[in-house]
Amino acid sequence: MSTPIVSDAAGFKLERTDLNAVRANLYFGFAVLAVGVLLGLDQAYNYAGVDLVRHYPVINSYYQGLTIHGVFNALVLTTAFANGFIVLTTARGLGRRLPGALVHAALWTMLAGAVLAAWAMFTGRATVLYTFYPPLQAHWSFYLGLALVVISTWITSAAQLVALRGWRRDNPGRRVPLLAFMSIATYVMWDIASVGIAIEVVALLLPWSLGIVPGTDPLLGRTLFWFTGHPIVYFWLLPIYVSWYGMIPRQSGGTLFSDSLTRLAFVLFILLVPVGFHHQFVDPGVSQGLKYAVAALTFAIFFPSLMTAFAVMYALEIGGRRRGGKGLVGWFFRIPWSDPSVCAQVLAMLAFLLGGISGLVNASYTLNLEVHNTAFVPGHFHLTIGTAVALSYIGIAYWLVPFLEQRALWSRRLAIFQSFLYLAGVLILSRGLIAGGLAGMPRRTAIAQASYHMAAWRLPGLMTAAGGTLMVASMALFFLVLVMTIVAGQPAAIADIPFTETVSAPATAGWQINLDRFHYWVIAAVVLIAIVYGPFLFAHLPPDLAATGLTYP
Amino acid sequence: MERFEKAFLCAAAIVLVIFLGALAYSSLAMGIHLPSHFGMIHYTAGQKLRRVLRQTPPFDRPGVREIAPGKYQVTVIGLTWSFLPAVIELPAGAEVTFVATSMDVIHGFFIPGTRVNMMLIPGQVSECVYRFRQPGEYLLICHEYCGRLHHTMSARMVVK
Repeated sequence: MSTPIVSDAAGFKLERTDLNAVRANLYFGFAVLAVGVLLGLDQAYNYAGVDLVRHYPVINSYYQGLTIHGVFNALVLTTAFANGFIVLTTARGLGRRLPGALVHAALWTMLAGAVLAAWAMFTGRATVLYTFYPPLQAHWSFYLGLALVVISTWITSAAQLVALRGWRRDNPGRRVPLLAFMSIATYVMWDIASVGIAIEVVALLLPWSLGIVPGTDPLLGRTLFWFTGHPIVYFWLLPIYVSWYGMIPRQSGGTLFSDSLTRLAFVLFILLVPVGFHHQFVDPGVSQGLKYAVAALTFAIFFPSLMTAFAVMYALEIGGRRRGGKGLVGWFFRIPWSDPSVCAQVLAMLAFLLGGISGLVNASYTLNLEVHNTAFVPGHFHLTIGTAVALSYIGIAYWLVPFLEQRALWSRRLAIFQSFLYLAGVLILSRGLIAGGLAGMPRRTAIAQASYHMAAWRLPGLMTAAGGTLMVASMALFFLVLVMTIVAGQPAAIADIPFTETVSAPATAGWQINLDRFHYWVIAAVVLIAIVYGPFLFAHLPPDLAATGLTYP
Repeated sequence: MERFEKAFLCAAAIVLVIFLGALAYSSLAMGIHLPSHFGMIHYTAGQKLRRVLRQTPPFDRPGVREIAPGKYQVTVIGLTWSFLPAVIELPAGAEVTFVATSMDVIHGFFIPGTRVNMMLIPGQVSECVYRFRQPGEYLLICHEYCGRLHHTMSARMVVK
């Protein structure tokens, strides 16, 4: 009665060259993560009043390190991971190769963009943080680099859509396999969401940094940035949801319950793109009515998140009970905790509960006044992207790297210890940052050198440094396990990636078949975007290119 | 959909409605408002924003002004890396309207321990209203990265 969520359950082998592109994306992403993590140590110590950056090679200031930390971890790693992992899940879901030329073009575009942006950041030409608000001006190579990173995702999306079209031609009337649906929905959402940052970079920032136009429009730049800046978190999260919905149930011995509900959750993320104004609650030039409407819309995101919490926990419960778990919570302890991949991802889910709740505080219109731009915000997002996403990347790597290398994971025990250590570290770090933020400690500020300090920031600062140290130690163990698996893991024959089955098969009639019609949801999303952003843009355009700003601050 | 699934989603919807109700209550009934749009400063890339501000009231005279009995307006300019004025003195309990803008890049305007939290964007004027009930020293800091010495950008507030 169960239905596999891929087109060809018997087994589909990916071409060697395609797997090499997946591998290159993954390893490059983890390499930049290593750099980002090392720089993160300075950020954590900074809050404790210790200026570590003086001891770093190449890096000259707290802000330069912070810029690289943000761009590498939140933009380059996430793009590289998605471009690699989602190509794999799409191809496996459809039982069909993605156009190899496009997959490789995406890889090289991403690499070129990352190298260009890295050059600008390491040479001190782009100390503008990963939000790069104009009129702080970076070298043009930074903007061009970021544009190329975004373009690499569009090429990946095109590769998916070509494969989907071919699959539909060969399988008329069949539902898109769930694994492929989730993977493609992720990129369809991102295609819409990334338009804001693309327009900002190409139309405002590049011409300005090249001297073609004399100034820029700071408010419009911010607005376009946050148009993308909120749904970019969906782009970080949805590849993880592909794993949580599509793989974790299988890995933990359970089954995913509902096909339709899973698709609906992804569709809701496509619809809920235009909520970026909630990052601008305290901005002038945005009307209160608009802020209020967006606050309400933002709360709607809570809904697909709760759907996910239900579906994933239910799947884990099925697994735990099949393995002999009893009672209300007994099943939880029977999840295969000894599987490093499951362990890391279940811990990531626990962190996401706290991350989601702290996110509601940020989004809460009036409550936001207490926390906006304070350390509360990094306290929140180190639980979400910093753990729910990053620890899930790690958990996925614990089966994906063995699959790619055809070698068993080196030291499963160390891998499990690493995940628990990471969770302990982030809980202490975030507790520190959140407490500091509530006491008014600002974020992205070199507290260690600041001309002011408050007594209430002292203990939170120490907790931040202590938690950060544990996280960095945990990451060092992860990289050890990763490298040792690649060079010294026991050879093993791993035939396929783990994908789950669903209890209820996809419906072949009724409203559910419309879930697969991406163009419906794209049109609906564009209409919603026009309603939210239309009036603001109508009043604000044409751009006021008056701010000349500061260069390489 | 299964029974549990439906029950869970209904519960989620109810929680959502409660949250939205709380939001409406805090803004409408408790009267907590976000910083809003006070106006714009029009200038072009050829003009120095510093000179334009010097000729644009109220920014021609930054500082504290009593606009009505017991009501004060504090006009502040943020610039890399300080606030104008650097010291602000206010009486406790008075209704204070902060009117602020930036002279160069985006800055923050944040008084820890209060709800005064806004962004300063060049060309836009920010406004917020607050009442300091406790006398004492407060810190006004920039909480948006604005360049190399961002962490030195602060002003002192004295409430008597």
